[in-house]
Amino acid sequence: MRKVYLDNAATTALSPKVLEQMMPYLTTIYGNPSSPHSFGQEARKGVDHARDQVAKALNALPEEIIFTGCGTESDNTVLFGVAERYAKKGNHIITTNVEHHAILHTCEALEKRGVEVTYLPVDENGMVTGEQVANAITDKTILVSIMFANNEVGTIMPIAEIGKVCRERGVLFHTDAVQAVGHVPIDVKAMNIDMLSLSAHKFHGPKGVGALYMKKGIRLPSYVMGGAQERNRRAGTENVAGIVGLGAAIALATQTLEESAARMTRLRDKLIAGIAQRIPEVKLNGHPTMRLPNNVNYSIKYIEGESILLMLDMNGIAASSGSACTSGSLDPSHVLLALGLSHEVAHGSVRLTLSDETTEEDIDYVLDVLPKVAERLRAMSPLYHA
Amino acid sequence: MYTEKVLDHFSHPRNMGEVQDANGVGMVGNAKCGDIMQMFIKVNDDGIIEDCGFKTFGCGAAIATSSMATEMIKGKSIDEALKLSNAAVVEALEGLPPQKIHCSVLAEEAVKSAIEDYYKRKNGEAPETEKTAE
Ligand SMILES: Cc1ncc(COP(=O)(O)O)c(C=O)c1O
Ligand code: FES
Repeated sequence: MRKVYLDNAATTALSPKVLEQMMPYLTTIYGNPSSPHSFGQEARKGVDHARDQVAKALNALPEEIIFTGCGTESDNTVLFGVAERYAKKGNHIITTNVEHHAILHTCEALEKRGVEVTYLPVDENGMVTGEQVANAITDKTILVSIMFANNEVGTIMPIAEIGKVCRERGVLFHTDAVQAVGHVPIDVKAMNIDMLSLSAHKFHGPKGVGALYMKKGIRLPSYVMGGAQERNRRAGTENVAGIVGLGAAIALATQTLEESAARMTRLRDKLIAGIAQRIPEVKLNGHPTMRLPNNVNYSIKYIEGESILLMLDMNGIAASSGSACTSGSLDPSHVLLALGLSHEVAHGSVRLTLSDETTEEDIDYVLDVLPKVAERLRAMSPLYHA
Repeated sequence: MYTEKVLDHFSHPRNMGEVQDANGVGMVGNAKCGDIMQMFIKVNDDGIIEDCGFKTFGCGAAIATSSMATEMIKGKSIDEALKLSNAAVVEALEGLPPQKIHCSVLAEEAVKSAIEDYYKRKNGEAPETEKTAE
């Protein structure tokens, strides 16, 4: 059976080229980068090189890059760190109602500690505007944290516009760019980004390693306390092989960004158009144009997401859904509800996320299988009357 | 996460669809996650469920439990069908993940609701000819 992996927003395959660069650090180069001897210094070189690669990809300085354990840790570091460090200045944070749980659950924890959080509502395409941000800023605002691109519906936020607003008003601006890095050009200087979270496993790097860009001059308490690693900004012996892999992966992704984004956009749009043509009563979730080149998210009315995934999986296709039935929680995805979808329509969502490795044949196969799946499940649905 | 039995009933559901001359139809929904199950039964003069069918909007477990439930009540008397518990359906499916047990509760409720509808119609509370489902 044909196997088609279209869940690249969940995680991507480790690139063989990246693995090749990691291998020495999993085998012969095992020293601790903090050790002054040659074993340690060899490992240190790998970490330093990766830092240069990340800095280059974002147009940042190497000393502005901190390696972390994952994207979630980068997000937590910023939110908890800013709330603590700037408590005297204010206690107000602005974010959106479609952030990843790494941001939302952390904001909820901060609210319990007395921090005030404004969750800007998105429009039906999943967008916020610079104007919304400007209107929400008060003299107590210490941080604006808005995701670069949404992990479920792929909407790309007007980051440069928001960055400009924050710079003019003198408020720190953080963006969770976990889904954007490697897919969308990012320039932290031009976009006035003060802090940015990223995670290697979303762009063909290894799992369990992330990074945080923190603009020179910003000083936050270390979220993980202990040794003096990462210039006292993140303790713990470095995940050397992971960091080397992150560096290699971001370098590869940004080198080929333009052509691979163009390629994926074409396949994405073919999939979007093909589904609309072949399946009646569907709804594209997310922005029609301002969306990640690899994201397709549809609601197929009258049927439920988990059963769609199960039937796709039986045909070798891996996808994901915002249905409550997949999460084991009581409600469908907060993102789909924030876009104004009814529970019922949110239940029928299916997300297909492409990668560099996705082929034309993969897309054709999905366009063959998905309409059949929809038809079968609709025949079972008491809500559907053909 | 699902047993082979569940996957089998999901991909080859038994008794799927409406029963045209059903004399009991029940529709139940789980407000918890927005799933809906419809159950059709055709009871003969001896009180035996001659035929039954289901339609379900929901997850794999919801579809599999409805399918299994119809199999377990078909050919049984109403009294026997009323004794069908969600636990028995889960057991027949060789287990369900904990977060999916509530889907089997829905199947039990759907059967009871169809039987209730049958009694209502029989006692004249609902006209015998009128069909709830189209
Ligand atoms: C937008 C966004 N933020 C944060 C994360 C968390 O990243 P990680 O898995 O590296 O902790 C993810 C991953 O799912 C994500 O999509
Ligand atoms: S129908 Fe929602 S979890 Fe089963």
